[in-house]
Amino acid sequence: MGRDGARQDREAEIERKKKGYGTIRRDKRETEESRINRITVFLEGVRDGFPIGLGYFAVAFSLGIAARGYGFTPFQGFLASLLTYASAGQYIGFSIYAANATLLQLVILTAITNLRYILMGLALNQRMPEGTSLGRRMLVGSCITDEIFGVTIARPGVPDPWFTFGALCTAVPMWAAGTAVGISMGSILPDSVVSALSVALFGMFLAVIVPQARRDKKVLAAVAASFACSYAASAIPAAASLSAGTRTIILTVSISSFFALAFPRDAGEDGTDAGTAAPEKGASV
Amino acid sequence: MKPNIYLYIFVMAFATWCMRVIPSLVMKKPIQNRFAQSFLYYVPYVTLAVMTFPAMVQATNEPLAGAAALIVGIFAAWFGADLIYVALACCVTVFVLEFLTGMM
Repeated sequence: MGRDGARQDREAEIERKKKGYGTIRRDKRETEESRINRITVFLEGVRDGFPIGLGYFAVAFSLGIAARGYGFTPFQGFLASLLTYASAGQYIGFSIYAANATLLQLVILTAITNLRYILMGLALNQRMPEGTSLGRRMLVGSCITDEIFGVTIARPGVPDPWFTFGALCTAVPMWAAGTAVGISMGSILPDSVVSALSVALFGMFLAVIVPQARRDKKVLAAVAASFACSYAASAIPAAASLSAGTRTIILTVSISSFFALAFPRDAGEDGTDAGTAAPEKGASV
Repeated sequence: MKPNIYLYIFVMAFATWCMRVIPSLVMKKPIQNRFAQSFLYYVPYVTLAVMTFPAMVQATNEPLAGAAALIVGIFAAWFGADLIYVALACCVTVFVLEFLTGMM
């Protein structure tokens, strides 16, 4: 039986080759398709990364001005921004370098300031189906910034590492360049342009949260509550004295918990939810 | 003595990267628990909303221009404008308003 089966397989293979669509050829065509798909998705990321990069440039510029005061050279600022790409985290990192903090203090403060990345990472991984390779999960995770997280959430379907990587490839070099330019020449951009560019990042956040708030009244309520609580936290002296990163994490956890308890989602509910998103084609790294 | 600045930069970058990938290392499949599912559904919108307001109004030279950009951005996004156009509309609003208030 086994031998017969093997012979039949071989014959079938020869038959397929004769007909001109052998398995090897079909595999080649599939990898070709998934390669083109990857490039398309990557370029989408590059495109969405561009407005992020413009906003980053302006913000990094002011970060650079601060870094200059802390004794960073343009190259050191460029390197730090290229490798770290974390706005608030870098401010803290630069300032405690100037304050002669130890490496342990640096690690602890960096972890606290960037704790929200863990929440974002959880939310992104929640949207990836079981069986997603570690490589894909790691690449998506490695690309997390507030803004890249935003555009990834806004994009329908499963978070795609080629998309996030594309966005990273345009946004982060501009972030690094902005830092270096800010350090080397304090005021090359007119103040009015820096001021205008500084809202670009928030505009992108709005483009992510508002459409979902329109679709889902519970999200609308959560967004309204977030605005109100965030404003209150910035106005109440005790809360305002916390760093922005700490405030963000406390508010996010408490508001999301409240809404998860008060308005839980039913399994299989529509929307851009985790389980309902279909796995994408050619999904392998 | 100050630590070596390059060592400092690499440690900062590595610690930040760890925060990004820890969830990827821990999660193998979507969480099934209803509370956790709902919590993670709200997290992106809540965290972005918290970061947007009131920071957006405080980011500009003229708070009023930032507030106007917030309203313009909400309208543009509500009516389905693409990400880049929402961002641009906000920037243009601030630039124009600050130019006008500067003239007065």
